Amino acid sequence: MTILLHELKRNRLSLLVWTVALAFMLGVCIVIYPEMSEQMGEISDMFANMGAFSDAFGMDQLNFGEFMGYFGVECGNTLGLGGAFFAAILGISALSKEERDHTAEFLLTHPISRDRIVWGKLLAVILQIFALNLAVAAVTTAGVLAIDANADAGKMALLLLAYFIMQIEIAAITFGISAFIRRGGLAVGFGLAVGFYFMNLIANLTDDLAFLKYMTPFGYTDGGSIIESGSIEIKYLVPGLVFTVLGMVAAFWQYRKKDIS
Amino acid sequence: MDAIKTNSLTKYYGKVRGIADVDLAVAEGDFFGFIGPNGAGKSTTIRILLGLISPTSGSAHVLGMDVSQRRTEILSEVGYLPSETNFYHGMRVSEILTLSAKLHKKDCKQEASTLCERLSLDTTRKIEELSFGNRKKVGIVCALQHKPRLYILDEPTSGLDPLMQKEFYTILQERNEAGATVFLSSHVLSEVGRYCKRAAVIREGRLLVTDMVDRLSHTGIKRVTLRGATAMPALESARDIKIEQDALTFLYGGGTKELLAALSNADFEDFTVTDPDLEEVFMHYYTKEDA
Repeated sequence: MTILLHELKRNRLSLLVWTVALAFMLGVCIVIYPEMSEQMGEISDMFANMGAFSDAFGMDQLNFGEFMGYFGVECGNTLGLGGAFFAAILGISALSKEERDHTAEFLLTHPISRDRIVWGKLLAVILQIFALNLAVAAVTTAGVLAIDANADAGKMALLLLAYFIMQIEIAAITFGISAFIRRGGLAVGFGLAVGFYFMNLIANLTDDLAFLKYMTPFGYTDGGSIIESGSIEIKYLVPGLVFTVLGMVAAFWQYRKKDIS
Repeated sequence: MDAIKTNSLTKYYGKVRGIADVDLAVAEGDFFGFIGPNGAGKSTTIRILLGLISPTSGSAHVLGMDVSQRRTEILSEVGYLPSETNFYHGMRVSEILTLSAKLHKKDCKQEASTLCERLSLDTTRKIEELSFGNRKKVGIVCALQHKPRLYILDEPTSGLDPLMQKEFYTILQERNEAGATVFLSSHVLSEVGRYCKRAAVIREGRLLVTDMVDRLSHTGIKRVTLRGATAMPALESARDIKIEQDALTFLYGGGTKELLAALSNADFEDFTVTDPDLEEVFMHYYTKEDA
């Protein structure tokens, strides 16, 4: 509990900045929709018929002229990538920052087991992601109500849920890596998030590499597919959950025996 | 029971030697100095005792408990002061002290305020505003406020001014008299000589000697420097003879009268006779081992 509160307190500013930034961007996207949609009629077809480009971003499946289609793409860009970065930064620094900032010696010479430290930090990461997504969901709801859009609440909730799970997965994987490294984590975290994003784009482009969808959390957060089918693709979600558990287990396993420098 | 006991404790960082075959025993209630130059393995030994790193081979017990098995229990009875004290940026001294107390699951307010007063530490300041010495004081209060049974202090006085060093050692002596064990590492021989009852000397990862401090520090060896000397005076037990610029310097382990007699016949402008520094004491142990 002490660790959890300590972590939340130390991260409160970063959490606030990320939450405000992401919620603001998403809110703005929604609020400008009525104006966009007036000019959208012609553009929508164009967006859907840009061949590979449309495929890559899932715009072939989405009707950009409708609110849900617009939301799927905008949400994908803002909450997908932004949330992934946020989760990656949280996860990758959770354990490694103690060694980077030379505070590990202070923390680990107190009578608290390594397991409890990992638990506290993991819970703090999850809680922060939850808080950010809760705020984003609230702003999204308010935005949709404000513009009186023709929205499908169920599908929107599902999309937001998928992004939440994706952030937890990325956080869990980077959290696991965080137990192995001492410094230089941010580059790894960012690289991983961007890598996952491009893996999905590539998988959308070529059938030969479609298997990449099983490996990236962006596979099951595809806005087009979720809004079209009204469900998260289980075959892409299950490997994601496995990676999530593996990341967490790796963190406990490694941190228990790690030599602290 | 021994407060600290290690059996052929060995630690390699990859292929680099940390310590090798260290057999250390510190009795409960002792005031023990752990002496060695930088990189000798003092911190490595201490880090193993605290469970920060695991030994490559050998075993270590603290307060009768195996460090690899009962780390948390050990740490609740140990006060540790690292050689470089680092804390979370942005936190105030008082917040650090409270955090440390919480992690110990103890209310240390009373003790903390007494210690802060004695060490004249302002608890309202932020960590990054503090000088090196004041950060060290925060570390000292963290190590002392929960009144542990064993104090493990890694170069405790570096950065402290002489007045604070004295106050700090006074506090340690009070704790020691109340029954606590003090184990401190240092490369300042004089401070170990003044406060410690027993000491161990470590060099290049190996424990050279463990003995009463009186016997360790009074080796009878002197470093003699003759400025402007032209020739080495005839002295049988002179060692490590060096010529530096205009001075001639050597280690002398023989009788004082012989030295004075030899010097009175020698030709030089000025001279000094000092206690050898730590390195030279080690050399003394080495030559004794070789002989």
